[in-house]
Amino acid sequence: MGDWGLTETSMDNYEISSLSHVEMSPSRHNNLMSAYSLPSSKSSYSVISAFCTEDNIPQCISYINQELGSLGLAAHIQADPPGRASLNAAPALNAMYELLQIHRRTMNSVEELEKEQLKKTSTLEHMQTSNSRLKDQLELSIREKSGLHETERQLQLKLKTLQSCLKTEKDEVQKLQSIIASRASQYSHDAKRKEREAAKLKERLSQLLVDRKDKKLAIEMLNSLGRSDGKRSHWKTAKATASREAEMYKSLLSDYEASQRALMLENAELQKVLQQMKKEMMHILSPCPPLNRGGSAEESQELGDSDREERSAETSRETLDQSCEHAREQLTNSIRQQWRKLRNHVQKLDNQASLVQNQPPSNAEVIPLETHEQEVERMRLEVQQCKEFIHAQQQLLQQQLNTSFDDETAALLNGCYTLEEKERLKEEWRLFDEQKRNFEKERKNFTEAAIRLGREKRAFEEDRAAWLKHQFLSMTPFADRMRSSSSDGQSALSVKSEPEIKTSSSKVPPVKSSAYTTFSTPKPSKSAAVPSTIDVCRTLRLIPDYSSSRHSNQRRWQESGATEDEESWLKSKSKVCSSDLSIFSLDEDKNPLT
Amino acid sequence: MNFSEVFKQSNQLCKVSPDGKYLATCVQYRLVIRDVNTLQILNLYTCLDQISHMEWSSDSLFILCAMYKRGLVQVWSLEQPDWHCKIDEGSIGLVSSRWSPDGRHILNTTEFHLRITVWSLCTKAVSYIKYPKACQKGLDFSRDGCYMALAERRDCKDYVSIFVCDDWHLLRHFETETQDLSGLEWSPNGCVLAVWESCLEYKMLLYSLDGRLLSTYSAYEWSLGIKSVSWSPSSQFLAIGSFDEKVRILNHITWKKIAQFEHPAIIDNTKTVYKEIEKRPAVSSDEMSLHDITVASSLFSTQSKYDISPLPVQIPVVKPDPDRANPKIGVSALAFSSDSRYIATKNDNMATAVWVWDMQKLRLEAVLEQTSTIRCFQWDPRRPRLALCTGNSKLYLWSPGGCVSVQVPAEGNFSQKNSCFKFFF
Repeated sequence: MGDWGLTETSMDNYEISSLSHVEMSPSRHNNLMSAYSLPSSKSSYSVISAFCTEDNIPQCISYINQELGSLGLAAHIQADPPGRASLNAAPALNAMYELLQIHRRTMNSVEELEKEQLKKTSTLEHMQTSNSRLKDQLELSIREKSGLHETERQLQLKLKTLQSCLKTEKDEVQKLQSIIASRASQYSHDAKRKEREAAKLKERLSQLLVDRKDKKLAIEMLNSLGRSDGKRSHWKTAKATASREAEMYKSLLSDYEASQRALMLENAELQKVLQQMKKEMMHILSPCPPLNRGGSAEESQELGDSDREERSAETSRETLDQSCEHAREQLTNSIRQQWRKLRNHVQKLDNQASLVQNQPPSNAEVIPLETHEQEVERMRLEVQQCKEFIHAQQQLLQQQLNTSFDDETAALLNGCYTLEEKERLKEEWRLFDEQKRNFEKERKNFTEAAIRLGREKRAFEEDRAAWLKHQFLSMTPFADRMRSSSSDGQSALSVKSEPEIKTSSSKVPPVKSSAYTTFSTPKPSKSAAVPSTIDVCRTLRLIPDYSSSRHSNQRRWQESGATEDEESWLKSKSKVCSSDLSIFSLDEDKNPLT
Repeated sequence: MNFSEVFKQSNQLCKVSPDGKYLATCVQYRLVIRDVNTLQILNLYTCLDQISHMEWSSDSLFILCAMYKRGLVQVWSLEQPDWHCKIDEGSIGLVSSRWSPDGRHILNTTEFHLRITVWSLCTKAVSYIKYPKACQKGLDFSRDGCYMALAERRDCKDYVSIFVCDDWHLLRHFETETQDLSGLEWSPNGCVLAVWESCLEYKMLLYSLDGRLLSTYSAYEWSLGIKSVSWSPSSQFLAIGSFDEKVRILNHITWKKIAQFEHPAIIDNTKTVYKEIEKRPAVSSDEMSLHDITVASSLFSTQSKYDISPLPVQIPVVKPDPDRANPKIGVSALAFSSDSRYIATKNDNMATAVWVWDMQKLRLEAVLEQTSTIRCFQWDPRRPRLALCTGNSKLYLWSPGGCVSVQVPAEGNFSQKNSCFKFFF
């Protein structure tokens, strides 16, 4: 029983108990014995006293006989002297012996059973441990298997890649081989060529060595040519070489400068394009499209804000020299930023559009395309109507301004206006006709006056000549003759001066005219008649002149014109005077002209 | 288009003078000068041997005739037919001969590229330039004629010498970062020299006029590299055609690639593809006799016209022999139009097609597919018009408006081997 030690593996309570049971077994027998003995010893008196007393001995004997009979033993216990408390010793002792035998036998069997049980539990334990061990082993082996599978798979992969690598390497090797082959053929070709050349050289050398007739190289020319550019050739000096170097560098530099200029131009153009692009992108992003409501409004709002900020910042930067690296970087960064914004915006629009397409138009934020179009149409119609309305109103207003009365009065008024205008027009035509007539008259008079003047001039000249002659002839020391001649002279002078004064554009004062009347000259009647009639007319005319000047509310002619015409009027007046003395009627006619 | 009558010329030596007034042709050892408009023979010169190379001087006053076998160069004057000049290189031999830009010096390259002899016709003086490199294009004059760049090779290293053409003194001499320099070319503005490696390595070096290395460009390693190079007339672009059938365009500001033009066999991305279609007259073979064939040459002249093929178009590709050197693959010919608007390219393994690219939009403008391989093409110096010939008796013209093929009227077997176009305006 002590041979099976405790195993470290899991122990059931059962096992522990069995072990304890096993451990208990060596002393069990004793315990049992003691256990048996104990109650027998402890409660021997009580049992005995409980079962058999001196009173119920025969009952006890009969009971024991029954028990013995049930056990299969001879039930022969009887009281020795019947009725007395003592027993027949031999059957009782036999019965006791047989019971002891039975007991011993059972004890042995119990022991054997216990032994068996111990054995069995130990084998069970053993089995269990081995079972667990085997289980562990199984698990382990399963894991190992899976691990091996894994490694196998990896190895297969590796194998595949290695195979493909091998293939590529093979291809490359083939390619390289072909390259090598071509190179080798090229090399061999070149080598052959060089060999042939060397052979030719050797041949030539041998030929030359044999020949030894070295034909000198020479040039035969009829005459030297001039240089192609016509200049003389220069000596080779250090300065010349330096100048050559300088020329070379100059040409290089000019080429570099030209290319740099071209590049700068291109750069400037590209920058301009970028700037424009940036502006356009900003423009596209910042004004919020009105139909794009909802969430996008905030985005466009913030875009607008950021754009405004950027714009204010950018305008200050734009003044910087664009060739500056910093400015360039800024420009490109800002362009990138704008582009990113634009792209995001477009993406959002795309998403929205796709959303709208996918979902039914229950989304209140997003306006579907159809309603958008409808709105646009509606607004267009409205605009059209408004325009028409405004136009109509304008027309009506115009009409209103023109005609503030009703139709009849409007027509009457129109008629009045036209009538008034007609009357005015008629009046003006009349005046115009009168003036025209007067002008004709005046013209006529003027021409007549001019003719008369011419005649007078001639007469005067004759007169003058005569007077001069007279004067010359009459240059005598005699006084009275002088006086008369002087008076004549004076009169002649006065006559002479008169037309001069007349021809001058100044008005003749009345004093002079009165002075003229006193003189009488022995002139021809024409010239004599002229002052007198002129004088008369003048004096007469002066009155209506003043009256006319006082009463004139008509247009006035120019003074010069008037004075020129004065003479003609005088002439005409003289004529009229001579014929008809109705001066005042003439004056009346003259009135509108003065 | 008017064609003159055919007149004989040998060795493809038929050149028009730079001023456009005269036409010089070589027939064996005779040099014939004609007036361009009337084609009347103005002068006839006789040289001492068969003429190998003939060149006009830049002022159109002199003609150089080189006879390489004899090592002689004879110079003739147009104004004075009596004037003569003979340069004998002696036993050193002659491999190439050319004029200097001022038309008063002759540069002779001796045999085995031992040296370059500079003969002055003004002073009879001789200068020597040693160690010139024997490569594809080892000598180049700048467009204004001021400078000459020469590739040299000493001690297995490449050098470039820049000479001033006035007095031939050495301005700059610098080593280049090349293993085996294959060619050099001045930019049209004369400020940048493009130097490229042999086809074994893709390397393009750009040197400024004073010898500083401005930039290096290498598109890829190991495969065969640069095949052809061309500057745009405005000096803004450098086009590099390479063996990988691509053209790469570098810009003059950063010297980096701005565009890459590819030549795929299936074209899908162009405006138009013009395909030449030949119409052969039906010939019944039984009744043909030899006499008929030789005499009736007009029977073989085919009418051809251009047809616009619908996209996508497949261009016939000829795969080159991989074992041979200088394989017939890659872009071998590049030419910019005079306004730098277009570039025409030819890919050697699609030798029947000319590709015209638009430089403003950097894309393919047109593809002309001919019936036979294209020999050469050249742009009109005034307007964007491309003329090309394929070795038959026709001349093909392309302009942005369209394409036309013109038959050159000729009797007999007329074939254009290598036309040198000169446009008259």
